[in-house]
Order: sequence, then C-alpha cells, then structure tokens
Amino acid sequence: MAMHGMRGLAIFISDVRNCQNKELERLRVDKELGNIRNRFKKEKGLTPYAKKKYVWKMLYIYMLGYDVDFGHMEAVSLISAPKYPEKQVGYIVTSCLLNENHDFLRLAINTVRNDIIGRNETSQCLALTLVGNIGGREFAESLAPDVQKLILSSSCRPLVRKKAALCLLRLFRKSPDVVNVDGWADRMAQLLDERDLGVLTASMSLLVSLVSNNHEAYWTCLPKCVKILERLARNQDVPQEYTYYGIPSPWLQVKTMRALQYFPTIEDPNSRRTLFEVLQHILMGTDVVKNVNKNNASHAVLFEALALVMHLDAEKEMLSQCVALLGKFIAVREPNIRYLGLENMARMLIVTDVQEIIKRHQAQIITSLKDPDISICRRALDLLYGMCDVTNAKDIVEELLQYLSSADFTMLEELSLKAAILAEKFAPDLSWYVDVILQLIEKAGDFISDDIWFRVVQFVTNNDDLQTYAAAKAKEYLDKPAVHEKMVKVCAYILGEYSHLLARRPGCTPKEIFSIIHEKLPTVRTTTIPILLSAYAKILIHTQPPDQVLRNQIWAVFTKYESCIDAEIQQRAVEYFALSRKGAALMDILAEMPKFPERQSSLIKKAEDAEGGTAEQSAIKLRAQQQPSNALVVTNQHPANRAPPPVSVGQLSLVKAPSMDDTEDHSIERAPSQENVNISKVDPQAPSADLLSDLLGPLAIEGPPGAAVQYEHNATPGLDSGPDASAIVPVAEETNTIQPIVNIAERFRALCFKDSGILYEDPYIQIGIKAEWRAHHGRLALFLGNKNTSPLISVQALILPPAHLKMELSSVPDTIPPRAQVQFPLEVVNLQPSRDVAVLDFSYKFGTNKVNIKLHLPALLNKFLQPISVSTEEFFPQWRSLAGPPLKLQEVVRGLRPMALTEMENLLHSFGLMISQGLDPNPNNLVASTIFCSEKTHGMLCLVRIETDPADRTQLRMTLASGDPTLTFELKEFIKEQLVSITTVTPAPPAAPPTPQILSSDPAALLAGLLS
Amino acid sequence: MSVIHFVLLISRQGKVRLTKWYSTYSKKERTKVIRELSGVILTRGPKLCNFVEWRGLKVVYKRYASLYFCMCIDPDGNELEILEIIHHYVEVLDRYFGSVCELDLIYNFHKAYYILDEILISGEFQEPSKRSIVRSVAAQDSLVETAKEQTGSISNILAQAAK
Repeated sequence: MAMHGMRGLAIFISDVRNCQNKELERLRVDKELGNIRNRFKKEKGLTPYAKKKYVWKMLYIYMLGYDVDFGHMEAVSLISAPKYPEKQVGYIVTSCLLNENHDFLRLAINTVRNDIIGRNETSQCLALTLVGNIGGREFAESLAPDVQKLILSSSCRPLVRKKAALCLLRLFRKSPDVVNVDGWADRMAQLLDERDLGVLTASMSLLVSLVSNNHEAYWTCLPKCVKILERLARNQDVPQEYTYYGIPSPWLQVKTMRALQYFPTIEDPNSRRTLFEVLQHILMGTDVVKNVNKNNASHAVLFEALALVMHLDAEKEMLSQCVALLGKFIAVREPNIRYLGLENMARMLIVTDVQEIIKRHQAQIITSLKDPDISICRRALDLLYGMCDVTNAKDIVEELLQYLSSADFTMLEELSLKAAILAEKFAPDLSWYVDVILQLIEKAGDFISDDIWFRVVQFVTNNDDLQTYAAAKAKEYLDKPAVHEKMVKVCAYILGEYSHLLARRPGCTPKEIFSIIHEKLPTVRTTTIPILLSAYAKILIHTQPPDQVLRNQIWAVFTKYESCIDAEIQQRAVEYFALSRKGAALMDILAEMPKFPERQSSLIKKAEDAEGGTAEQSAIKLRAQQQPSNALVVTNQHPANRAPPPVSVGQLSLVKAPSMDDTEDHSIERAPSQENVNISKVDPQAPSADLLSDLLGPLAIEGPPGAAVQYEHNATPGLDSGPDASAIVPVAEETNTIQPIVNIAERFRALCFKDSGILYEDPYIQIGIKAEWRAHHGRLALFLGNKNTSPLISVQALILPPAHLKMELSSVPDTIPPRAQVQFPLEVVNLQPSRDVAVLDFSYKFGTNKVNIKLHLPALLNKFLQPISVSTEEFFPQWRSLAGPPLKLQEVVRGLRPMALTEMENLLHSFGLMISQGLDPNPNNLVASTIFCSEKTHGMLCLVRIETDPADRTQLRMTLASGDPTLTFELKEFIKEQLVSITTVTPAPPAAPPTPQILSSDPAALLAGLLS
Repeated sequence: MSVIHFVLLISRQGKVRLTKWYSTYSKKERTKVIRELSGVILTRGPKLCNFVEWRGLKVVYKRYASLYFCMCIDPDGNELEILEIIHHYVEVLDRYFGSVCELDLIYNFHKAYYILDEILISGEFQEPSKRSIVRSVAAQDSLVETAKEQTGSISNILAQAAK
C-alpha cells in the first residue's frame, strides 16, 4: 500500500531499517531530529504538508524508543489546521505522544470543542477519539455536556454516537464528580434499545461504568440487559456482519454479562428466569470446535457466564454444572482453556461451597503445576493453595516441595512461602512441619525469607516435645557437605539451644556438635557469625561437667573475634568470653530461651503480599501515586529484614532478658513509623507491614484526647451530651452484596464513647477511626485498610456534615493498593449545639463488586464536652440564676432499664459529665457539670441534676441548665436518648488512649487488639 | 481504569511497531513497560497459553508471523475476549492492506493507528463489524486524497523544494 505521497517519511524509515547496528541507527535518528528541530524553529515557510511529515517522523522516532522532547507543540497545533489531512495527523500524533497530564493539551481544548460541536462529522470523530483516549479533568469540565448531547442526537450517525459514548465513558471514569449523569438512567435505557450494534456495544460499556458507580440508579436497565443477552446468545438475532465466526458479537455478550454483575441481585422473577435460561443455554451449549477463534470467542462468553452464575447465587445444581465444566477444562491440553479453568476454579473456591467437588480434581491440578508454562503453574499453585485444608495438606505440601527443585526461578519465592504457610496452617504434627521447613531451606534457601526460619524457631522453642527432634534434624542437615547459609543459621541456633538434649546419642557430644557447627564458620557471612558465637556460648554452658579442651577451643574463637571489625561480632565475642569465665553465674544468663508469646503467623500475610507486591508496582500503583492527595498511603513501615524475634542481632539476644519479649520488640520498632504521618510512602519491597500500625501514631493535635480538658474560656457556662440514639443505625447499606463483618451500630456506639477503633469492616476493607478533640475543634483520622491482594478502586469518600459541624475532608485517592492502608484527616469545627450526626458516604469497587456504605461518624455532641467540677459555692448561684425555660428545662423520663446509681454515674461520666458528689443532699439524686464548646457558645457551663426514685428505677426526673436555650434543649435530649437507648451496652470510659499490645500481623486482628 | 490499559505491537527482534496507552503512563514508565514486557513475552515458547501475569496485571498476547500483538488488562478481565479483539484487529488490518505483513505496518504505521482508533477508544471495544471499520477508514483515506488534489501540485512542489 502506498504512502500518501510522503516520500521523505518512507525514505527515513528505510534508512533506519538499513542501519547495520544500533549506533548507526542512533546517528541517523539524531540527524533527523536535528533536521526536524531546525525546520520547526524556522516555522515560517513550513507548509502544513511538511509539518505533517515531520510530525509523523517524530512519532516514528518516538516509537523506536528515542526521546522526543520537542515538537509536541507542532503536533498539537496541527489539530487546528483547516484541512483534514493535517488535522488528522495532529489528532493522532498528539494522542500518542502526550498523556492526559500534559500541559499542551490544555491549549487544544477550544479547538477540540469546536470540532465536537461543529457539523463536520470527520472532525467530530477525530476530536471524540482524542478526548476518549487521553482526555482528563479539564476536558470533562468543558466538554462533557456536548459529548452527552451527541450520544443522544438523532441527527448524528452511529459512527459519531458510538465514539461519543466511549468518550463520555472516559470522562466519567476520570472525573465522575464533574460529569453530570443525573437522569441518565432513562437515557441509558433508551440507548439499550439501539439497533446499531456498534452504538449498542459502546453504550453497554458506558453502562458498565455507570452501574459500577451507582447501580441503584440503573435498575431500569437490568431487564433490557437480560433481553439483549437473550437476543444474542439464545435467539442469535443479529445482522451477519455482527457475528464473529458465527457467534453473535461475543464482545457485546461479554459486556452485557459484565454489566449484570454490577447489580447485586436480580429480583424480578421474569428477568431472573430468562437470564438463568440463557446462562444454562450458554453453559451447556458451548462446544469445543476446531477453529481457534470460534473456540476462543465462544469460551470468552462461557467464562463470563460462569462469572455471572457465581455472582448470582445460582442453584446448587447449576454450580455443580459449573464445577464439572471447569473440571473438564483443567484436563484439556489447550493451554488457554486450561489456564482459565484453573483461574476460575480458584474463584469458585471463594464464592461457593464446592471445595469438596474441587478436591476431586487434585491430581489433575498437580499435573498443571508441573506444566512448562509459568502462567499455568501460577494458576495451579494458587488453586492448590486455596483448596488446601487438613485433609490434603500433606499431599499438597509434599508436591510443592518436590516441585521446588524443578520450578521456574521466578516462582520459587512464592512457592516456598506458600508451602511454608500451608505446612504451618495444616500440619498434622509439628515434626512434619519442622521437616517441611528444613527441606524448604535446603532446596530453596535463597528464596526463604527470614520470617520462615524465625517461625520454625518459635515453634521449636514453644514445644518441648519438638526440641529433641529438631536438634537431631539440625545435626543431620549440618552434617551434609554443602549447606545453605540459612540452614547454618537455623541449625546453629537450634543446636545451641537444644543439642544438650542429644548428648547421649552417638556423635552428639558437645565437642562434636561444636565442630560440626564450627566447620561451617569459614563459609558464612559476617551476619551469620553472631549466631554461631551464641551457639558456642550456649554449648559451653550446657557441657557438664565442663570440658577443658572444648572450653579452650571456644575461648580461642572468642579471642580471635575480640578484635573483629564488625561491632556485633566483637561485642558478642568479648561478652561471651567474659561471661563464660564467670562459671556458674553464666547458667542463668545463657539458659534456654523462654517461650514466645503465642501469636499469629506473619507468613500468611506475607504470601498475600508477595502477590500484591507485584501488583503494587503496576499501573494501579503508579496511578495512585499520580493522584494529588494529601492522604497517607502506607503499606509498610518496617524494613523487611528487621531484627528477628529470637535472634535479635542488635542486642545480646541469647540473654534471658525482658527485652526479648516480643511485644516490646515490636512496639519499639513501631515507634519510628509514627513520624511518617505526612509522608506518602509505598514500599512494596518490604511486605511484612503492620497495616494499621500508624493508627498508633499521634495526630497533629498535641496531648492525649482525654487530657484536652483545660479550656480557657470558662467565662460562659457550658453543657454536656451523649450520642444520639437514632444515629446508631447505619443510614443505608442494605443494597450491597458485600456485608459488613462487624456490627456497625455497635461499633458506632462504642466509638461514641471512645476515640479510636473500627468503624466498619467487610471482607475487603476496614475503616478505622482515631479522633482527638480539643474544645470545639476535632481532628479525626480515617484509616482505610485494603485487606486484599488486589487493589480497591473507585474509592470515594464524601462527608455529609450536619449544619452545625464544619468538616473538611482531605481528598481520598481513587485506588487503595493491595494490603495498603490509606489515612486521611478530617477537620471538624463545632459551630453550635446540635444532636445531628455527620455521615460518611463511602464507596469502592472490588473486582466487580461495587460497595456503597453510609456510616455515621462519631462526632457527637458529647465529644465537645469537657467535664468540670463545680463547688457548692459556684453551683447554686448559677443554678438559681438560670431560672426556668428556655434556659433551664425539666423532664421526666420513663421506661428506663433499671440501673444502680453508680452505673448511672459511670454512664454520665462516659458522656463527659463530672459528677459532684454530695452536692445534692438527697443521696438518690445526682448533680453533674460540664463545659460544652462550640463556636457560637464558646465554652459554656452546663449543669445537670437527675433525681431518681429508689422505689421505681425505671423513671427519673432530669433538669438541665445552661446559658443557651438550644444547648439546654439539645443536651437534655441527648442525655435522654442515651439513657433510653442503653439497654445492655455498658459504655467504656471516655477517651481511653489506646494501649496496644499487638502481636499479630493481620490487620483486622491488629485493630481488634487495639480496641480490646 | 480502562478495560485495556495499553496496546503494544512488538516484533520478534524487539522493535516496537505500535504503542497506544489508554491508562496514564509517563514517558519513563512507558519505556520501562516496553522493555520489561518485551523481555517476558518474546522469550515465551510456542504452544504456551496466550496470557502472562505481569505486575499484578495480565497481558494477553498473540503472535502473528513476526509480530507480537499485546494488550494489557486488569487481572479480572476476560482474557479470551481480549484475545479475539486482537484477532479482530489483525483481520481488519489484513482486509485493509490485503495480506498484511510486518513491512506494511512499518511503512504505514500511521494506518495501523487509524485503524486501531476505529476498534478501541478509551481502552474499550468500539466496533464489532469489520465492514463498518474498513468503510470508515476508507472514507478517511479518500478525504486525504481529495485534499491533496485540491492543494494542487504547486504546494506539493513547494513542499518538495522545502525539504
């Protein structure tokens, strides 16, 4: 095919192709770039034709991988050329060279808009394509309404309308807050009646995006989607040119089923029945044929149907059909189908209760594990990992171990980690577990993270029965000729601790053990030597009666390292030498290590990070970083190779000392991380993060929350309050398929009385909150923790503040990377007294699940109360001066759960009221005082009197007084609501500063620990 | 968050024949992606599956003669659907050029871009009908031709002289 007369371009391409080597190519390209640069400089006299040619050359050079850092302006300027050929080049080259963040694009917005609203169809197409491919926020702001008009325009041809639909899709995705889609439910429904399949396909893509953002608005589209699917898949009613290898547009079928997966359920029985019939038809009617493309297309539809069936809570029978199909797929030779079979089977595991049926395919799956195709191995490994339980763990782990020796290099780390976790989780007995880990270290030492061997040491230390076995095994492994350094470490450690248990066995005298270990010393690096020295010291003290020869040997080693340049080695050598001369006193210090506190495995999380870790380097992460946000993204704040619990190199760790206590170890390490509050940090390389550890970090407001009582404006009297009973129910979450795994109402209630904890949690996300209050200001931090190994996308958080609160939320990033936590601050100012509650409208997407939740925020009246004690002399004049309504209000409250006076005192105290003991002569009455802070009232004193009836504890009379009528009323209502709502819940004391003792690495457990 | 993050055409020798980015990547990231993916895909043997897991994303690729067509999607995307978008693109190229070969795409790389723009926008599939695509590309071609005739030979001569 000839070029359109662009001979210069063709010649240039030929020249480049004829270059003998890279160097010559670079010379030729540089020459051309110089030429183009000169031409562009003397812009006058440059014909549009020439400009067009040079711009093409630029694109070609750019594609070859050279930097083209000039001429972008020329490309952009061609967009406004009057003639089509130049305009076309301008549009296409611009959208290839620039990305949406490029400044020059802004210059083109007007021209692009003129082309879009103009009458020229070809220009419209070019403009819509550019915006659809690289349009950013500014394009959305100035073009969205015009694009929307085009989609629906009756005077536009399908060619333009389908492009407009995809263009709008991009703008909406990029800036859903800018593009106004009110009323688009009806328009989408109308678009779904479209006869042109190009427009319909584009519209369906648009629908997927709209529905994923807000499925509730698009219910009316659901039956239409079902109809379209029926028409395509069942009735095969499409024009010939829209079939692909005889299949009615597989893409439209797939898209339609995608859209349906964004609706949580299908309630309409007719649609549901039709849909299931169609799905059944697809599941059963898809045959394997010879033609590759036909096969691919029909199976693309089939796999999407499977996903939809899983989503829809199908009948057990249908699910069994699906598993049977997948079972067939994982046994075929065709690699694509096998890959997808494995992938979907693993998905099936998560969704439904079919594990038993899947287990029958274990042998087949193991065959795939050994496939030469790493993509397939990965899927098989993933599936095996997912389906493993106590019944098959031994088989599976042993397969994994066996596979280690032949597996692809790039898989070893994941493979060994997964094997280690399964061994730990499902070990039938602990000696088997020790065997597995030692084998792992032997076969894949380079890929075994320190966590794995620390963990085995923990198990051995904590299980007396295991110690002799482990010591014998360790000796066995060290006896081998070439031993991996990690093996030296773990074996030396175990032998140092427990080799004395072997003393009676042949070849296991202390001297022999020492020489086995010592033989390895010349082969190890300096980081391992300290462990060996500790082992020697331990062997020495366990040798009873003392062995002079051995002692001299070991002392010789210590003496040798006394002047070692490595400080750690030197210190150990010197100290062990000195200690070992002290004789019996040494026994205590070098005794066996104490047991480790029980804790959860850090490995399990690590495995997930290993998958997630790769994802984080992806586009998703890059995009997350590009998002301007002052939110904090933290995946990890610890170096991966932090000091191990058992053998902490930084200290003389074999000494039995409290600093070896793990809890402390962790909290020490956590401390530096607290300084990162304003630093955005994503470190995928170091995956052993405590996701929520920064919950412990101080926010900008100084001082613990409970201590923020010193308020200076005590000129005006203040008030007091507690949470709102009506606020306890979440506003709306009933339509989500994803259900919270915590009781939201309970969480909210708990948070009314304390300042940090979990607000919400579901299988994908955990939302924690930490608040600090000072006078009428509050500073909240919301913590969004992604619990998964896939990113959460389309994350949006809106605050709907009540009129009396001023709330400022910093922007929330669109994506939360896998296993990462995002923190964003929220500033609150209390303007005036009110019991209204702020709502957090939060949504995100996980895979195809769109979740929208509305949560009440615990920024209640009582948070602005500061208990203050008032003396008799101060109380009564105030009480009398606030005479009668509206400043003083009285009410009898009935129907209460009977509670003891002390209980009521505690309750009032938890609201932030200070009880004045003995102020009221009647022992059945309570008098309390507090300061309420808001911008309007400043700090205002509030006085409360509660009179109870010892004969009938279900009722009481409450009198409230303050200098502000609204305050008096609101506070009275607040306390009343609290008293009424308290049935069984006993609130915690207010504002207890978190005192975490967190051992686990699971974020949920972490936070739970924090809350306990 | 496009369905397709980017499209790459790479020759067996690792030469890039086309790149199209629907998700936002900086210049540096683009170079890195191309380098890494060429390494991964060009080294894969025949008869393996057409999917590669890469940095938490998935790359669907297919080799046609000396050219690898690659499209990158999210891990939950429909792989086979994408595989057939690739084939659809190749079929359109074939119909347009008539037995398309790598050389066609080297010397007429701009055509490959035009045609791709008729198949994908915003990383989303646009048009299932080959006929409709070819028709629309042909219409663009004829507009270019017409414009050339109108410009007349003088400006062409000028252009040649300016070169």
